Amino acid sequence: MSILIDKNTKVICQGFTGGQGTFHSEQAIAYGTQMVGGVTPGKGGQEHLGLPVFNTVKEAVAKTGAEASVIYVPAPFCKDSILEAANAGIKLIVCITEGIATLDMLEAKVKCDELGVRLIGPNCPGVITPGECKIGIMPGHIHQPGRVGIVSRSGTLTYEAVKQTTDHGFGQSTCVGIGGDPIPGSNFIDILELFENDPKTEAIVMIGEIGGTAEEEASAYIKANVSKPVVSYIAGVTAPPGKRMGHAGAIISGGKGTADEKFAALEDAGVKTVRSLAEIGDALKEVTGW
Amino acid sequence: MNLHEYQGKQLFADYGLPVSKSFAVDTPEEAAEACKKIGGDMWVVKAQVHAGGRGKAGGVKLIKDPADAKAFAEQWLGKNLVTFQTDEHGQPVSKILIETCTDIADELYLGAVVDRTTRRVVFMASTEGGVEIEKVAEETPEKILKAEIDPLVGAQPYQARELAFALGLSGDQVKQFTKVFLGLSKLFHDKDLALLEINPLVITDEGNLHCLDAKLGLDSNALYRHPDLQAMRDPSQEDEREAEAAAWELNYVALDGNIGCMVNGAGLAMGTMDIVNLNGGKPANFLDVGGGATKERVAEAFKLILSDDSVKAVLVNIFGGIVRCDMIAEGIIGAVEQVGVNVPVVVRLEGNNAELGTEKLASSGLNIIAATSLTDAAQQVVKAAEGK
Repeated sequence: MSILIDKNTKVICQGFTGGQGTFHSEQAIAYGTQMVGGVTPGKGGQEHLGLPVFNTVKEAVAKTGAEASVIYVPAPFCKDSILEAANAGIKLIVCITEGIATLDMLEAKVKCDELGVRLIGPNCPGVITPGECKIGIMPGHIHQPGRVGIVSRSGTLTYEAVKQTTDHGFGQSTCVGIGGDPIPGSNFIDILELFENDPKTEAIVMIGEIGGTAEEEASAYIKANVSKPVVSYIAGVTAPPGKRMGHAGAIISGGKGTADEKFAALEDAGVKTVRSLAEIGDALKEVTGW
Repeated sequence: MNLHEYQGKQLFADYGLPVSKSFAVDTPEEAAEACKKIGGDMWVVKAQVHAGGRGKAGGVKLIKDPADAKAFAEQWLGKNLVTFQTDEHGQPVSKILIETCTDIADELYLGAVVDRTTRRVVFMASTEGGVEIEKVAEETPEKILKAEIDPLVGAQPYQARELAFALGLSGDQVKQFTKVFLGLSKLFHDKDLALLEINPLVITDEGNLHCLDAKLGLDSNALYRHPDLQAMRDPSQEDEREAEAAAWELNYVALDGNIGCMVNGAGLAMGTMDIVNLNGGKPANFLDVGGGATKERVAEAFKLILSDDSVKAVLVNIFGGIVRCDMIAEGIIGAVEQVGVNVPVVVRLEGNNAELGTEKLASSGLNIIAATSLTDAAQQVVKAAEGK
């Protein structure tokens, strides 16, 4: 077991023949992901990386039975791509692209919810179930099948947590990058719920950052619903207020969204927090007794 | 990206909202001329900067003689206005807004933001206009009324009426408020705003609603589809180094410490600042070279960090996921050779081709300290910055 994806997940790529789509699809295929095709309007009927190219997601789903789609199309076209996938029967959409307009996401998110489609991202590294399926841009080789579920707003911080859990020999059940945008398709709570219900996940690492109140909301959720040990790190203790720190969603505005507030909420919920990102693995060892 | 008040009011006028007759000028002569064109015997002159707190800083004045408008413009044009929201240098003033004087019977607040929790555009209204809304929210949250806009159907008149009656408005004011509310909602969606504030939205002596201020923030990710808004950009209000970084697709934020940081990934860049801080050092900047860092961008990033005189040591922290560490190493070597670095550089490379990258740095003959772990890197760079 794992969450969201496993070795049976059939995946298509939107933006398949572009530079990003090509590079990361090659990597995914090499990792063992069941890539079954891709979509590039106007290039339907061609073959790319040994897989069929379709003009529409609808056609791709009908011909391949794909249930997941990964999106690498440029930001101005992402709303359209998400809506196309959602309406074509795709059940899991992973949008990697950074820079999508916020109002586009508000609309896309409402429609995905209506259609019962799970959206991960945008502005995220993707999702990986080590040894089975990799959807996204994360380096596969640092992962190891195992017992820790990782959920994070940041790509490279996820990699740090992955490396530490691999080095300790714990491995990962599934790693989910929910992305650095203010309006993510899935939030911490969505993923925490899945990890709590996943028998293979024995402990959870949650990596947050400044901006918004998603970590505070997750804290309340953990307190009430999560029985598994949770280790958490929040980036941005030293971030100045009013400045956007790289991610569109990483900004302390009106004095709200500071790392200190988030650490306090997590600690109140019984979460083991670390102030140094280098201590995630050690903290896991401590709380699990592994 | 933010807009000036005069630009915001132009947009308000385009959307049929009640704003004062006004002119934005850039010479003292035009300032006096504007008073005459507007007419009347009392005017308000306002220095245009991207910061609040202008009134208390002397950047807003009530005048009764066009000569005073000229004097005000002479005083401020080309100067920096320092308010509690700016840094100690203030923001440069290159335009003055001259407008008719408005009688104020009462002051309301009306604003809108994209609320991250509800995933809606949320309007906020309050009878406590003219003061800092954050303070109202903190001390008397019950005085802030809210209306959530459904992304698919948009703002509805009933939402405006609910707010208007709760604000104590009556008669024609309710109709006026509805017009303002629906106009602002349309503006917010048409122009991809991130933030909108009218503080104060005044009730005049005659009982009419009037937009006395305009604060607008735009969603930078949506600017590509708004050439009209792109043209409103005022680079003089932005940090020079941050703007230069943006041109290279680097995310840079200046801080007041002495340890320069170059990192890939926004989260890791923040995490690196935090670990430097945890080890007793002070970061000089936030810098994310991005996932797709190239040799050239790494070199530019390095130059940017070194252009800050307070930098006493540099920490490079790269987790090579997709990006290859040996390529990053080449970028660093290139930059160090090109610009000449006389501060210690500590490098931690991890992930893709990390060993090859470390070897390249070691054999470059440059003064580069290779760290064995992130914690080690932080400790080394703090020591190096202290000259130890």
